[in-house]
Amino acid sequence: MKNIIKSTFDFEQLHKAVVSSILQGKGVTAKDQRQAAFENVNFQEPLKTLVDKVAKNAYKVTDSDIDAVKKSGFSEDQIFEFIICAAVGQASRQYANALAILTEVTPGNEGSGYAS
Amino acid sequence: MKGVDMRLEILNKGYAFTTKLLFKIIRTVSGYPVPDAARIVFYRPEFYGTPMKKFTHRAMRGPSSWSVGDREMMAAYVSKINEFTFCIKAHNAVAAGAYRDKAKVEMVLTNLEAAPIGEPLRATLLMLGKLTREQTVNTNDMRALLGSGVSRAQIEDALAVCFAFNTTNRLADAFGFFVPSDEAMESGAKYLLMRGYK
Repeated sequence: MKNIIKSTFDFEQLHKAVVSSILQGKGVTAKDQRQAAFENVNFQEPLKTLVDKVAKNAYKVTDSDIDAVKKSGFSEDQIFEFIICAAVGQASRQYANALAILTEVTPGNEGSGYAS
Repeated sequence: MKGVDMRLEILNKGYAFTTKLLFKIIRTVSGYPVPDAARIVFYRPEFYGTPMKKFTHRAMRGPSSWSVGDREMMAAYVSKINEFTFCIKAHNAVAAGAYRDKAKVEMVLTNLEAAPIGEPLRATLLMLGKLTREQTVNTNDMRALLGSGVSRAQIEDALAVCFAFNTTNRLADAFGFFVPSDEAMESGAKYLLMRGYK
């Protein structure tokens, strides 16, 4: 039991540190835009396609997708941040879903559901 | 794909001077360039690389009742579901090194049902595969996994591996990681076995 709590605590803190850094830390993109990329919402083309592909079908991302976003006025550092936020966002949603289900089926083993 | 370069020039050439020097030393010592998966965590490391390395190292090398080989196997399997060659090859090589059994790892990746591994690992890989493919699992999946003898702590450890590689696979595809030769992968695998992800 002690190990379970320790392990959950470690991952909770370490996951929060990643999310907090990319969404709230020093960056070149506005925080609300990083949050939008994390959640895969509220973008106009061509950024919408890039963020959506990173989240759902990253293998479909092409040179043209990146070039189109560059031509629309975003810098490489901003694109770097958008892609990271989109990737961590989608992976975090999967993670949160599975942890929530795990908590649901193991009552009595208090889970934190921390990735949600 | 633009040859061996990543899609953003900053990830090819935008590193700090000391980082470039480090890359050069690694290339000289190992005989191979630093793989892209390792390079990107050095770009503006305070933004993503440093906190993510801590998570990944904890998931892959921290305390767990899964062996290092089991966790590398999970990384390779999740990458296979994401169809990402770089990570399949890399973690296949590390898992093979950790298990000292290349055939077992190949079998897991090509025919999981028949692979010579324990039921808890097989059932865990199946759950991670579904989560990766469908983005979600349900209570039946999780109950079945617990019923196959996998503990809650083991599931949490496996989900952490899954998170790390579902993130990395996406970055790899989006940034356009170069897939090195088998020899370079073997060299990188030895490093990961020795040093982990720090």
